[in-house]
Amino acid sequence: MKDTNALSSRKKKTTVADIISLILLFLLTFIFVFPFYWIVTGAFKDQKIAVQLPPQWFPTDPTLTSFVTLFKNPALQWLWNSVFIALATMVLVCLTAALAGYVLAKKRFYGQALIFSMFIIAMALPKQVVLVPLVRMINALGFHNTMAAVILPAVGWPFGIFLMKQFSETIPGELLEAAKIDGCGELKTFFNIVIPIIKPGIAALAIFTFITAWNDYFMQLIMLNTRAKLTLPLGIATLQAEFATNYGVLMAGAALAAVPIVTVFIAFQKYFTQGITMGAVKG
Amino acid sequence: MNKQKLYKIRMRETLVSYAFLAPALLFFVIFVVYPMISGVYTSLFNYTIRKFDFIGVDNYIRLVSDPIFKKSLINTLVIVLGSVPIVVLFALFVGLTIYEKHSAIRSFFRCVFYLPVVTGTVAVTVVWKWIYDPINGILNYLLQSAHIINEPIMWLGDKRFAIWAIIIILLTTSVGQPIILYVAALGNIDQSLTEAAEVDGANRWQVFKNIKWPGLMPTTLYIVVITTINSFQCFSLIQLLTSGGPNYSTSTIMYLVYEKAFKLGQFGYANSMGVILAVIIGIISFLQFKFLGNDVEY
Repeated sequence: MKDTNALSSRKKKTTVADIISLILLFLLTFIFVFPFYWIVTGAFKDQKIAVQLPPQWFPTDPTLTSFVTLFKNPALQWLWNSVFIALATMVLVCLTAALAGYVLAKKRFYGQALIFSMFIIAMALPKQVVLVPLVRMINALGFHNTMAAVILPAVGWPFGIFLMKQFSETIPGELLEAAKIDGCGELKTFFNIVIPIIKPGIAALAIFTFITAWNDYFMQLIMLNTRAKLTLPLGIATLQAEFATNYGVLMAGAALAAVPIVTVFIAFQKYFTQGITMGAVKG
Repeated sequence: MNKQKLYKIRMRETLVSYAFLAPALLFFVIFVVYPMISGVYTSLFNYTIRKFDFIGVDNYIRLVSDPIFKKSLINTLVIVLGSVPIVVLFALFVGLTIYEKHSAIRSFFRCVFYLPVVTGTVAVTVVWKWIYDPINGILNYLLQSAHIINEPIMWLGDKRFAIWAIIIILLTTSVGQPIILYVAALGNIDQSLTEAAEVDGANRWQVFKNIKWPGLMPTTLYIVVITTINSFQCFSLIQLLTSGGPNYSTSTIMYLVYEKAFKLGQFGYANSMGVILAVIIGIISFLQFKFLGNDVEY
């Protein structure tokens, strides 16, 4: 993905339409950034200040009382659960998807078309269809109310395979041929030749999976139910039921859930964008 | 190369390929394929915590005459029809405005419009709940200060507004990905074409209509399909903000499936709704590819 846009942009006459567009764009920017801003600043407001009107647009005397209340709940445990679930899902998805995507792109074998179309169809499937049987399966496997109950079904989701297939298409066939002639085994070829080439793809998938797993509230809600097992998003949802309108505490929780993931996102934005773009190119 | 040798090579490739596919297939079969088949199968049963009796298509017949299902279906369609066109126009507008800008500026705006997605549904939802709060929320405060409204509005508790309040949040969490896709697609459009057209005296609208828009068609199609699927699956916002209320005015099929299965224990009935939802999504995706796809030139 070369950055050709900026280079080739020529000086054009700025018209009234351009100015209106820019004004609108900045207005929208404000609307999109505001909720995040309100979370982060709200976290440092005392409940009394949080609900006062006219609102305090910036916390003039920031306080940690909301965080103190928050940590009376097992919020650190929730944070750890979220991190573990997101990391484990990420590693498993990247591994299984890289292996599968590579052969789907570069090998010709019996049943290939069938398997690939099954993956494609499943991607459009709403999770709710498989909801009840999935929960039953998790219970049968003895994973009820464990992190595995959230991690394993996410690994079954075929988006990663699709993305890795897209990236694997770019591996030059001659390179694989050459490896074969040199007597390089299949696994060795995969780790020494394929992996280095599709590394940016793996990075994209890793960051994408991490964010998706971190925010997969639905699966967490269905699968986890005792207080110590919750994730951060699920924990906040529980707090919302208990604290109703204690917005200070809720924002402290929301900030704890959002700030790490937003930081990760901004740090790896380049890979993430690439992943989304590649995932959309129809194969 | 003789046929037998070719067959031998192919068999070897097949064995290797399946060895590589095995881990992915294992998860896929256990956690997607099997539950999918089981979901369709058990939708033919009167299946609750205690019962498991075969009743044929009775669940589906019951669906047709269930007023709550009908209401939820209509709400789902309102959400889909309300959000998809706005998402496409919004993303197109932002994409067109920023794609020729410096790459740092593009990165900045991509981050801005993706921020609500990354922040996460739950965090986004609690902050909007506060913004919408009829007494302590800033929305009513701002509208009242500007004398647009006189009385505070119960945004989430009023049948007239609740679903729109939800659609607005949904919009903020839906445009991030389409914008990234449009910026990438616009960058791939052949610059020499647009330049040639401009030299020939085409105005901006003509350039957009005749060059950019057709070039964006595959991207637009993809965006329409993923946004449709996502809007159909709108769940967390509803579960967290209104629980489908007031009086099922914000209930969607997704939410109803959850309610029937996990609050009321009507597993078979919930599965039949899930199946219908999957069928509807399947048909709509197919039609969108068929009709919108006609304009696509490869």
